[in-house]
Amino acid sequence: MNWELIFGQITWNSFVFAGAIENPSLSEFIASGAGTVAVLGALASVILLTVKRWWVPLWRDWLTSVDHKKVGIMYIVTALVMFARAVIEGALMRAQQLSAVDNSGFLSADHFGQLFSTHGTIMIFFVAMPFITGLMNYVMPLQIGARDVSFPLLNAISLMLTIAGAILIMVSLVIGQFSTGGWTAYPPFTGIHFSPGQGVDYWIWAVSLGSIGSTLTGLNFAVTIYKKRCPGMTLFRMPLFCWTTLCTSILMIFAMAPLTAATIMLALDRYAGFHFFTNGAGGNMMNYANLFWLFGHPEVYILILPAFGVWSEVVATFSSKRIYGYTSLVYATMCIAVLSFAVWLHHFFTMGQSANVNAVFGIATMVIGVPTGVKVYDWLLTMVGGRIRFTTPMLFHINFLLTFILGGMTGVLLANPGIDFQVHNTLFLVAHFHNMIIPGVLFGMFAAVQFWFPKAFGFRLHEGLGRASFWCFAPGFLLAFFPLYWLGMMGATRRTYMWTDPAYLPWLALAMAGAVLILTGFALMVTQIVVSVRRRAELAAPLGDPWDGRALEWSIPSPPPDWNFAVLPEVSSRHPFYEAKKAGTAYRSPTAYEDIEVPRNTATAPLIGLFACAWAFGLVWHIWWLVVVSFVLMWAVVIARSFASDTEEIIPAATVKAANEAFLAAVRATPGVTRDQEMTAANRGRAVPESLEGGAGVLSSGATVGVSR
Amino acid sequence: MKSRGIVGLVAAAVPAAAWPGIACAGSFLEPAGPIAAGQISHFGVISTLMLIVIVPMFVALPIVLLRYRRGGKGTYRPDWEFNWGLEALIWGVPVALAFALGTALWKHTLQHDPYRPLGPEPLLVEVVALDWKFLFLYPEQGVATLDLLALPENRPVTLKLTSGTVMQSFIIPSLAGQIYAMAGMQTQLNVLADKTGDLIGRNTQYNGLGFATQSFKTSVMSQEAFAAWVQTTKAQTAALDAAGYQTLLKPSVVSEPVLYGNFAPGLFDKVIASFSPGMAQGHAHAGMSASTSPHHEHDHMQEAGR
Amino acid sequence: MSLSERLHPGINLAGTDPEGHEAAEEVLFGFWIFLMSDLVLFAVLFATYAAMSVQGIAEGPGPAEVFDLTAAFLETLLLLLSSFAFGFALLAMKYRENRRSVLAWLLVTGILGVAFVGMELHDYYVMATAHEATPQVSGFLSAYYLLTGTHALHVSSGLVWMAIMAIQIAVFGFDKRVKLRLMRLALFWHMLDVVWIGIFTFVYLFGVAS
Repeated sequence: MNWELIFGQITWNSFVFAGAIENPSLSEFIASGAGTVAVLGALASVILLTVKRWWVPLWRDWLTSVDHKKVGIMYIVTALVMFARAVIEGALMRAQQLSAVDNSGFLSADHFGQLFSTHGTIMIFFVAMPFITGLMNYVMPLQIGARDVSFPLLNAISLMLTIAGAILIMVSLVIGQFSTGGWTAYPPFTGIHFSPGQGVDYWIWAVSLGSIGSTLTGLNFAVTIYKKRCPGMTLFRMPLFCWTTLCTSILMIFAMAPLTAATIMLALDRYAGFHFFTNGAGGNMMNYANLFWLFGHPEVYILILPAFGVWSEVVATFSSKRIYGYTSLVYATMCIAVLSFAVWLHHFFTMGQSANVNAVFGIATMVIGVPTGVKVYDWLLTMVGGRIRFTTPMLFHINFLLTFILGGMTGVLLANPGIDFQVHNTLFLVAHFHNMIIPGVLFGMFAAVQFWFPKAFGFRLHEGLGRASFWCFAPGFLLAFFPLYWLGMMGATRRTYMWTDPAYLPWLALAMAGAVLILTGFALMVTQIVVSVRRRAELAAPLGDPWDGRALEWSIPSPPPDWNFAVLPEVSSRHPFYEAKKAGTAYRSPTAYEDIEVPRNTATAPLIGLFACAWAFGLVWHIWWLVVVSFVLMWAVVIARSFASDTEEIIPAATVKAANEAFLAAVRATPGVTRDQEMTAANRGRAVPESLEGGAGVLSSGATVGVSR
Repeated sequence: MKSRGIVGLVAAAVPAAAWPGIACAGSFLEPAGPIAAGQISHFGVISTLMLIVIVPMFVALPIVLLRYRRGGKGTYRPDWEFNWGLEALIWGVPVALAFALGTALWKHTLQHDPYRPLGPEPLLVEVVALDWKFLFLYPEQGVATLDLLALPENRPVTLKLTSGTVMQSFIIPSLAGQIYAMAGMQTQLNVLADKTGDLIGRNTQYNGLGFATQSFKTSVMSQEAFAAWVQTTKAQTAALDAAGYQTLLKPSVVSEPVLYGNFAPGLFDKVIASFSPGMAQGHAHAGMSASTSPHHEHDHMQEAGR
Repeated sequence: MSLSERLHPGINLAGTDPEGHEAAEEVLFGFWIFLMSDLVLFAVLFATYAAMSVQGIAEGPGPAEVFDLTAAFLETLLLLLSSFAFGFALLAMKYRENRRSVLAWLLVTGILGVAFVGMELHDYYVMATAHEATPQVSGFLSAYYLLTGTHALHVSSGLVWMAIMAIQIAVFGFDKRVKLRLMRLALFWHMLDVVWIGIFTFVYLFGVAS
């Protein structure tokens, strides 16, 4: 019996538990423990789904759904699950480095190598990317007054490809090992000669699946923004979040292709003996560095721009004021997007090119600092003349302004080739990009969750626990990463599992304390969600406008109906809902309702995701029958789908009317609340606009505001 | 070095103000040559200039938050969204600053180009990055070392680098910054040490299990001491021939520096030629029989267990 | 907006099928964007080839030794003619909605396309056997095979798509979906021409001239 024909290169020793049995050590036990948690977590989910009889609803209402709102939520859930793994990996690395001053600590060098590789890969491709994609999915169509994205099925396919990549990385916890080449996977180290085994293959295929998913997402969102805006919604009336979504989408369209090309070339080197990046035979790893960073640098702006959009929404809403310098924010965003393609070389100033080339790219990098600085001060000026409420998202925003600008300073330092020569590949660099990504992107996404959660689920998140988590996250970040700047300047290299210099110890201890605080913050955030679900009756805000919002998404019920807008809105300003509330024209019944066509749910996307995952797994382990079968099945699903007719269903006007009139009646029956009551049970999602508050007596009660008839 | 006095003060003040009393061997915070000194002072210049945009935020934000908090004293102007003066300021200041920073960057980058020799008649040292050690060849002196770089004080040094294995990043922080060493290619780093003493050098690019301990000693000695060191080294019986190099290609960690009394001439070029086109040297693969070389050979399990 | 204001590049349905033209707006724009990102992929492959064809030859053969310009020229003719035939298919779809003539033109397109792929495979075979120029020999050949191979893979998937469209024409006739899909396939097919012209010029002509 030829087992290799069936199982490829998988053997008994491929399973992580075999390592613990053959070579019992703390490092192996931790690896097995992680594998066990992954297996038990999957088992627990299966049991929970079975006991609660949730399989059918999960399949019928979620996995097969092509509704942008559900797709968005599934993206964010994926991101949070992967975040849980990667943040624990981060803390483990901190603990190892703390314990490994002048000895080798408790993790093996190999295990540590896998940890920094999975941590980076997951955080970028399977936390940050799905998080921003999920958010753009949920919010952007609502803000431009659309019923869905342009290509809903394609959207679901993007999601499923991303999940397939995430599953592949989770599988690497249990079967085989992951790459030790870091998230950048520089050859020739990741070539077959220096990294035999499946680790790098896991990286290649997981990243490739994610990157194809992101390309399709970018395409989809760009078309949506260009073609599906509601009447009157000119580009310059779009909320800033939509502008940043547009820029990010354009970056995705252009930037993901170099990554796909690089991973394909690396795969050909490894599987078929090609010579793109090998030592010798004409291979040249410098080409990889260029391709990777041609993707990699725009990628950081792909991540940060949507977060910038969130910050713009948050600061305007919680200052109860227009955003300052809308136009300049738009142009600044566009400048950043364009310039992001002109600076990739600053990731390898140290590769030996001429000083002139280095200087040009260094200056280009500094130029990006200009629009970014403008944005930061635009947000500050937005608060001027406002009435600031210190809610959880706003606390995150204030923290962002202060820490991000410091990260910007270290970024400008790194843009200097002379300084980069010293701190490149050290913990200084690690501190810098965490300084941009954690307060900027990650906290931006956390703020977004606090901000839009009531929109998605109809109830607010518990404010006290939210603030508590902020007060762990913010100082936790400072403690965990600012010492790294100093360590880097002292010469501590990144990706190093043990040290010889005892002077590092106190700084590593501080960083460890920070990591513990961050973990506590995450635990509090999870608690916050659980507590809020339990108390959802008290926190309910079904009327849709808990924060005195300004854009269209707040004008509809929470959660929104499948069709989003009963009648497509017409817009005549940048703050349509705010203006309507002020003018008393919000919540008007439309004159007529029409039938609405929405796409039916379909098994196409989850099947494609399933076969893509099997295909990638087969490739990793050289299970060729699985590769062929799953590839054929994947395309069979696509072809079969192209023959399906009746892919849309009609929601009759009467249904839409009944739902919408019930909503409007509920709004009219509920008194609006002032911002003083924002965090009380009285806030059901009907707001008295801050700008009307304290005005004429009849208005201050809120009872009559906005009721038009 | 004129600017070093003034700017160096600022430079030292920035980090030192935040973390007093800490300085480290093996870091550019303790420069032992003009390049590293220039880098730390440039660090200071840029940091200081950046304060122009950072300080206003740290001053203004608390004031704004206090004044315009709900219930604060500030006037509520919900529809205020633009002011030409402010607009000019928030675009103008960063643009001017970027101009200043860019000028400083341009000057510093060209002046401290790692390829620019730091004086006449530099000492040539050829560096081969290996897993997980560095081989230093002194072609003029005819000696070679493993994981020990001996340098004369106050004499310009030109390091030519290549790799016999994966890409590595070579740095001696107290002297100068990093440059990559890549197989089949040659990069260059010019340094000058202006005080004697032992410095740390290392690889900063992850290259496998022995990466964490891949550092080497850089001994800066007076010119006379260096000449004496060359003579002592020449007297060593150990020699590095082609077969010996093949042994070095095997991944290993070196516990004690090794001195070679002589080495096969042109070894550096042969290492490059073994990867680069047109030169029929064939591929250099590990797998020669082990000699009695004093470095330990580790397989992965042993290394992992360390 | 009037119909004429919404004209998009390529064959438009405005005038013959207003409803189809209306629906084309979004999907064709989306497909143009897809083509753009596909072209970025090709751009990257071209750039890689440009670097590798100079620096990555190593001990393997150079471009001038392995390329057969005659075959490449014939391939160019085949592909351009197939594009031409597709143009007729689309015109037949737009003005006549005649299944037979559309299918006939698609058949011509397909045969030319298959001949193109066949000739290219034959090129590979000759290179591998006569010159021992396989992709494992050098970085230059790796890049050559990846660039032309990716193009050939695109052409092949275009052929599969064409076959499926032929079936759909037979099954569904010319309903809106089928028309829009044919229009997108046409764009895809023409883009592959553009890419091939690039390959013919930069890879073959420049390669032999060097």
